[in-house]
Amino acid sequence: MNRILGNITRSLLDSVRDLLPIILVVAFFQLLILRQPIPNLESILIGTLLVVVGLTLFIKGLEMALFPIGETIAYAFAKKGSPFWLLLFAFSLGFGTTIAEPALIAVAAEAANVAASAELIPDMDAERDSYALGLRITVAVSVGIAILIGVIRIIRGWPLQYLIIGGYFGVVIMTMFAPKEIIGIAYDSGGVTTSTVTVPLVTALGVGLASSIQGRNPMIDGFGLIALASLTPMIFVMGYGMAVH
Amino acid sequence: MELLNHIFNTLVQTLRDLVPIVAIIFGFQIFILRQRIPNLKNILFGLLYVLLGLGFFLVGLEKALFPLGKLMATQLTDPEFIYGGIEQIASAVHWSDYAWVYLFAAAIGFSTTIAEPSLIAVAIKARGVSGGAISVWGLRVAVAIGVAVGISLGTFRIVTGTPLHYYIITGYIFVIFQTMFAPKMIIPLAYDSGGVTTSTVTVPLVAALGLGLASTVPGRSVIIDGFGLIAFASLFPMITVMGYAQLSEWRYKKQLAQDSHSEA
Repeated sequence: MNRILGNITRSLLDSVRDLLPIILVVAFFQLLILRQPIPNLESILIGTLLVVVGLTLFIKGLEMALFPIGETIAYAFAKKGSPFWLLLFAFSLGFGTTIAEPALIAVAAEAANVAASAELIPDMDAERDSYALGLRITVAVSVGIAILIGVIRIIRGWPLQYLIIGGYFGVVIMTMFAPKEIIGIAYDSGGVTTSTVTVPLVTALGVGLASSIQGRNPMIDGFGLIALASLTPMIFVMGYGMAVH
Repeated sequence: MELLNHIFNTLVQTLRDLVPIVAIIFGFQIFILRQRIPNLKNILFGLLYVLLGLGFFLVGLEKALFPLGKLMATQLTDPEFIYGGIEQIASAVHWSDYAWVYLFAAAIGFSTTIAEPSLIAVAIKARGVSGGAISVWGLRVAVAIGVAVGISLGTFRIVTGTPLHYYIITGYIFVIFQTMFAPKMIIPLAYDSGGVTTSTVTVPLVAALGLGLASTVPGRSVIIDGFGLIAFASLFPMITVMGYAQLSEWRYKKQLAQDSHSEA
């Protein structure tokens, strides 16, 4: 009993330490530079408590569920040795985690408003909805393809930097031709795809695959799926902009 | 009561985010791999922790950090604060007038990155895989410094109004050169660090700072100048993480050279 309490206290203290820099920065600027009192102190204290408890629970769940799930499925696929199902899984995981991502839904709706006010699409609800849905599907497909390519890369042992640098050239070339209004949204959509649930799962999957395939090094081959998943949406969204506008 | 409602709604939202992922994974486990899930009870409890943890975390951020952070971003970019009084507003902007904004951008970028849950996850994994050669805090601090430099430079760009793609393309070229010289082991992890940083905690605050700045600096447009801080925040961690590895390697080599020297 004492040991469990000790563990919980230690995890909570770890979370407090993770959040301490934010508290110091906010207090310093608010009290010393802006010279303002902290508004709604009660609500801020409750919120901070929730953040500490939430972060502690999440880290616990990460090690109990998300990491083991990603690893077990990677080992199982490596043992089964069927590339078709593995690649289908890779694509579904990328597509499925992205299409429902709340941050992406918000960005897509915002993008539809921007497109309508720039008169790129007719300013009607139906047009805006179909534009936003098209954007979401585009980003989800691009993340699916990114995880798919990333898994092929792990199996084959291709060096990541060639894919990424090639992708950078793709981004630069697309930037030259894409409509100006879509560029900001395209660059942002790279960042919104990798959610807090997806990152640990995908990382565990990559590392698990690289450790169970002979001749692959988990450090060199296991990481890199996230990098690909943040790169392809930029290219695909600019392509979507060119196709629709 | 209102708080309970808020928590409940956020939990439902998080659940909706989690369901497709769980469905895909269990679907493949059961129908394609035809395999029982080991430690099923543990995993289900873990998923419950993830759900509750993310829910509480998000509600807490919305109650505590986001309103205050956004308020501070507005106050710091307010011309009245920058120039110490409305009547003194200069017709031409000098970049050095915004010194507190750059410092705030760096400080908030650093501190929110330290608290970013997905970065903690990647750092834990990296420590395990590297056999402890990469420490959890070493990686997190390296990434946080990258985000701090990136966001600070991003606010400088908004104040001066120089085009975003000059910075981003220069940064890409720098990353390509650094890739040639950095230890091979670190490259994939460094590239991943770029995508991980822009997540739950950092994005809303940084977006508020960018939009606040673009709407108050004379001559800037919200649509053209307000975005792009996220792009900075994803670029610079790659540079600092590779730099961190280069520095460790250099110190290790120097140590080796010294040891062999003293033995001789």
